Amino acid sequence: MKVSTMAEFMAKGEQPEILFWVGCAGSYDQRAQKITKAFATILDKAGVQYAILGKEEACTGDPARRAGNEFMFQMMAYQNIQILNGYGIKKIVTTCPHCFNTLKNEYPVLGGEYDVIHHTTFLQELIESGKIKFTDSNEWKGKSITYHDSCYLGRANEIYEAPRKVLESLDMELREMKRCKSKGLCCGAGGAQMFKEEEKGEKRINTERADEAIETKADFVASACPFCNTMMNDGIKNRDEEVKTEVLDIAEIIAKAIQ
Amino acid sequence: MEPNRIFQIHNMAYLSELLFGLTTAIALYLFSKKLLAIKRNISIGKDIDLTDQPIRRWKNVFLLALGQKKMFRNPLVAFLHIIVYVGFIIINIELLEIIADGTTGHHRLFSNFLGIFYNFLINSFEILAALVLIACIVFFSRRNIIQLKRFISKDLNGWPRSDANAILITEIVLMSLFLLMNSADTKTNFIISSHIQPLLKGFTESQLSTIEHITWWLHILGIYAFMNYLPYSKHLHIILAFPNAYYASLLPKGEMHNMKSIQNEVLYAMQPELAPTNAPNSDKFGAKDVMDLSWKNLMDAYSCTECGRCSSACPANSTGKLLSPRKIMMSTRDRLEEVGKNMDTNKQFIDDGKSLLHDYISVEELRACTTCNACVEECPVSISPLDIIMELRRSLIMEESNAPSEWNGMFSNIENNFAPWKFSPDERDAWTAQS
Repeated sequence: MKVSTMAEFMAKGEQPEILFWVGCAGSYDQRAQKITKAFATILDKAGVQYAILGKEEACTGDPARRAGNEFMFQMMAYQNIQILNGYGIKKIVTTCPHCFNTLKNEYPVLGGEYDVIHHTTFLQELIESGKIKFTDSNEWKGKSITYHDSCYLGRANEIYEAPRKVLESLDMELREMKRCKSKGLCCGAGGAQMFKEEEKGEKRINTERADEAIETKADFVASACPFCNTMMNDGIKNRDEEVKTEVLDIAEIIAKAIQ
Repeated sequence: MEPNRIFQIHNMAYLSELLFGLTTAIALYLFSKKLLAIKRNISIGKDIDLTDQPIRRWKNVFLLALGQKKMFRNPLVAFLHIIVYVGFIIINIELLEIIADGTTGHHRLFSNFLGIFYNFLINSFEILAALVLIACIVFFSRRNIIQLKRFISKDLNGWPRSDANAILITEIVLMSLFLLMNSADTKTNFIISSHIQPLLKGFTESQLSTIEHITWWLHILGIYAFMNYLPYSKHLHIILAFPNAYYASLLPKGEMHNMKSIQNEVLYAMQPELAPTNAPNSDKFGAKDVMDLSWKNLMDAYSCTECGRCSSACPANSTGKLLSPRKIMMSTRDRLEEVGKNMDTNKQFIDDGKSLLHDYISVEELRACTTCNACVEECPVSISPLDIIMELRRSLIMEESNAPSEWNGMFSNIENNFAPWKFSPDERDAWTAQS
């Protein structure tokens, strides 16, 4: 697909409406790439003019900072802010709650102030403003789904409603897990856990969460974070031999229903 | 009556008042001494400014401390807790009369000028006392008979479990003494104690008067003992919940506080022209011991009532990992008390070869945290165990280079490839070329 970079916009002397911050998972992880492409497709169909940084994008530094490596975080933040400010970026949309949290909350004090929006909030806005229209026979209608709250979207930034509103706009039946919203159980990936083995214990965190998702007997599990997506997928695969409940990002669900 | 005898009675009364005054003075002295020691201990923490946005802070005091908002995540427990809390405060208004009676040698001093309203007051106190009694019995059985998971956790083994039970038993005893005291006062007819009066039928008037006196003394001594026990106990939250709510972080939960010293170091490395010529000595990075934490972290430790809501919500703890946010807070308080004693003995802190990190909190505990903020979200008294965990993690990585090998790999990938995985930065936009 044709996706313009900021450099290309700049060469034409133009500024896009938004910068789509893809994030490392969205760029490199095979599963997460599908989410990235789904979101890019939606942006195209909704007529949103956007750009990516492409090769100029770099890790926000979130996993380094949460592991305790402040030096590395500051290095990455410095580098990214130089580039973002260099392009005069005002508005950023990202599909990763970790990037979202870092860009939104941790860059301003370092000189990087942008209007940062998570893709679930952006999708809700597009739906409400009528820029996204669903096909009459949208395949999700009447299907049941359970939404797994990402910690960095939920507790960290108190975004609980946007992803749920988006799902409801598809006439899906939303089934809540035992622990949801501010009580939502982590998938186990945050705090740089994604990049190391879990400590020894009785159970893996993603198995525990997958069990709660399976308990709802929903047709699908919705996620809004590429790391949650991986964790929930692995958890369900390990647990559920019979029923292969699919874990889908909100963007993927919308992309399939869009006109 | 012989003049001699009158003198004797007066003498006795004065003795009782003197004794009461002395007990009160000693109780208050010891209590304030210990509170000052705790204040000193908290102030060994690093300074941070938490005085911005006073309106939002006062709102937190009203909602979180006074209104106990977080407790209402479980409405039944919140209801019982609020009874004990309101009961505790209101019944202590009665303490004013008890103290006034004690110092002046009067009996029910306030009844003279409060009239009917006095009866209304004492009746409300009695109802509350009975409710507190019931609530405490429920709480006691939740801990010891129903054995809720967070109460039988190994975090509480030993003294912390006895501490919790001691407080509940004290409350139960104090409330019983209050009701018994009123029922032994046969001239009264209060709503609850009047029903206990029949049980005391066998006693003569003078015996009843003695019972009333004894229960009066036990009640007030019990309160003084309780007051002085507070600063040694998890129960200190009844005081510290208020300042702790006021000074609670107002940042979004996801935001980690910035390390200005490192920000500057990176800035000077990138733009050497900005570097000051006489660079100040940089601090230690992160926290190895309690004095490297902020005073708010330390106040958090003293505010913790060890309820364990944090640990039961913790994904690591609930899947059997070693990490328990409650234990992080308890360890911080234990270490801080130890450092405080060290300072008392040596006039200043003398290195004892120990530190919060390693000796009290292990690497394995710290490594298990997913930074999900569930512990912070749950805490009814505005504590952030996560903040302490992150400061200790910073020390581990930046002072000791102590990281699991996978993390070292992740760091070097970020450094060389600008992503936590080993992919070429040239392929960052490769997805655009896929179908």
